[in-house]
Amino acid sequence: MIKFLIKGVIRDSTRSKFPIAIVAIGVFFTIFLSAFIGGVLQDAVEVNARFTTGHVKVSTLAFAENSTQAPLDLALLGMDSIKSGLQNEYPKMMWVPRVSFGGLLDVPDENGETKGQGPCTGMAADLLNTENGELERMNINKTIVEGRAPEKRGEALVSEKFAQKMKLKPGDVVTYFGSTMYGSMCFQNFTICGTISFGQQMLDKGGLIIDISDAQQMLDMEDGSTELLGYFEGGQYLDDEAMKIAQEFNARSTDSTDEFSSVMIPLKKQNQLEGLLNTSESMSEIMVGIFVLAMSIVLWNVGLLGGLRRYKEFGVRLALGEAKGKIYRSLLVEATVIGVVGSVFGVILGLAAAIPLQIYGMDVSEMVPSSNMMMPSVYRAAVTPSTVFMGFIPGIIAMVLGQALAGYGIYKRDTARLFKELEV
Amino acid sequence: MKKIIAVLVGATALWAFSLSSELTPEEIIKKVDENMVSENRVTQSSMTIKGKRKNRVLTSKSWTIGSNQSFTEYLSPAREKGTKMLKLKEELWIYSPASDRTMRISGHMMRQSVMGSDLSYEDMMEDRELLEMYTAKLLGQEEIDGRKVFSLELNAKVDDVAYPKRKSWIDAERFVPLKEELFAKSGKLLKRVTMSNVKEVQGRWYPTKMIYKDMLKDGEGTMMEIISIQFNQEIPDYIFTKAALKK
Repeated sequence: MIKFLIKGVIRDSTRSKFPIAIVAIGVFFTIFLSAFIGGVLQDAVEVNARFTTGHVKVSTLAFAENSTQAPLDLALLGMDSIKSGLQNEYPKMMWVPRVSFGGLLDVPDENGETKGQGPCTGMAADLLNTENGELERMNINKTIVEGRAPEKRGEALVSEKFAQKMKLKPGDVVTYFGSTMYGSMCFQNFTICGTISFGQQMLDKGGLIIDISDAQQMLDMEDGSTELLGYFEGGQYLDDEAMKIAQEFNARSTDSTDEFSSVMIPLKKQNQLEGLLNTSESMSEIMVGIFVLAMSIVLWNVGLLGGLRRYKEFGVRLALGEAKGKIYRSLLVEATVIGVVGSVFGVILGLAAAIPLQIYGMDVSEMVPSSNMMMPSVYRAAVTPSTVFMGFIPGIIAMVLGQALAGYGIYKRDTARLFKELEV
Repeated sequence: MKKIIAVLVGATALWAFSLSSELTPEEIIKKVDENMVSENRVTQSSMTIKGKRKNRVLTSKSWTIGSNQSFTEYLSPAREKGTKMLKLKEELWIYSPASDRTMRISGHMMRQSVMGSDLSYEDMMEDRELLEMYTAKLLGQEEIDGRKVFSLELNAKVDDVAYPKRKSWIDAERFVPLKEELFAKSGKLLKRVTMSNVKEVQGRWYPTKMIYKDMLKDGEGTMMEIISIQFNQEIPDYIFTKAALKK
């Protein structure tokens, strides 16, 4: 029976061409858009987690309230004891100190006087300790354009854009000029060991990455850091777990009357990421919902038009004594076949568009607005098995639903009217 | 006899005050300039910066000629010792012994805080006559810490001033400011400065204690105390060269 129906669908191309095209287009858009939007949101959360928010972040209460300004004078002191306490309590998590700072990077001429100068966004991490995974977490080795990661104190990575602008290369010396955590001026020479392109506008513009020991000495921040970031094992953000740990920590460490008491904030509550995560979580449902609804309406109409064209065929089949239910079921089987074929085409087209975007990405660095939320400057799609199912299954459902609605008219025709229509 | 002396002293003070109150606002600020502005000066001062976690005291020595040449060397604490600043017209150069580098500070940095204090580089190095920069309006007479003062409003008549508007409270007898409020063009209050410990140095009155409060910053302000000040000294030319920074 199914073989017979498939033959019918293939031979009567007017019955299949348009619905297959509609389903294929719908599935294509669902797969491509959900891969693209999901990829961008996922990258945004990951970039923030790796560079600024961690999965949870510990800082002083005052620093957390003014985090957009990254005020060094509100840094966390006694960081080693806080870190070892957290390490004992949550041994499966990795706790790493970071220092964010900003100042000027000065390039000397042959006489040691200023040749060029530019604003710089600095970040210090425990780079000389190879066991904490900071080099991998910050993706440093993979994003080095020239040279290598710091191997000893006094070495720094600078962004490729800054290096090009100032005509710098590994081995050159630059001077960081800024303020210590107590407001004094600080000057520190660094030998450039490599240039780096983070794919993140804020860091690529004037990024300086140094080891945390250099930052602590330079910024007069002994045993201090601006933030202490915690990462879950496996690198996956676990919202419920993060909220629970933060609550436990804050219940015993945060004192609202002491601005220097420490506070822990989960990723979701930082850099306006809550909205992003919520959107990311509901994006699949939203996309599928819109797709099924819109496609069902279109395919219902297609089914109605097809039904009108096959009016006589149904009439003859009814007159020959075929049960209404049987005709209805045969229509649904046809719809399933059309849905599967259309969805296969849609999946192929969707993947063909999304996979290159996942591999090569789309550079939007000029369009990304500045904000404290780090957005990737190269947008990439993220194709996962669920992306494929998200397009494929609703493609079939929409077709069957549309045909089911259209075919319902069959039950409304009584025998007397049928014979009149057929002019029997 | 005592009564006669008291009456005479009172009458003299009243006469002096009545004379000064007849001064025009321009004459008042001219007298202030005569006290505050000199051909050159050598100053040793301390700056106490009240921070959120700890207070810092910096001492420095400055050589200044007019408003275009200034050289400052930080003497303490150890972290700042040896840091030198040279201002030549609009350019500011800083030498840091830690990096053994001489760096130029761009124009927009001149409004930044010096060493985390409530003073900007402009505040530190401004030494122009008020009369050259502002038109003055007398608002009235008041009393600050028991001293009669003229309250003046100063509005800039040139473009290149750090503060387009000021309110100054000038000691009516010694002609030194005892309090100043510094405003932006929009009328927003940017800084409040209170001066005290007025001393006579080389025939001119000079406040030796100043508390600067940046109104846009949290904190209790920065106290600047003059340890020693000498006016119109012989200052060798080499002081105001970049070579002097490394010496």
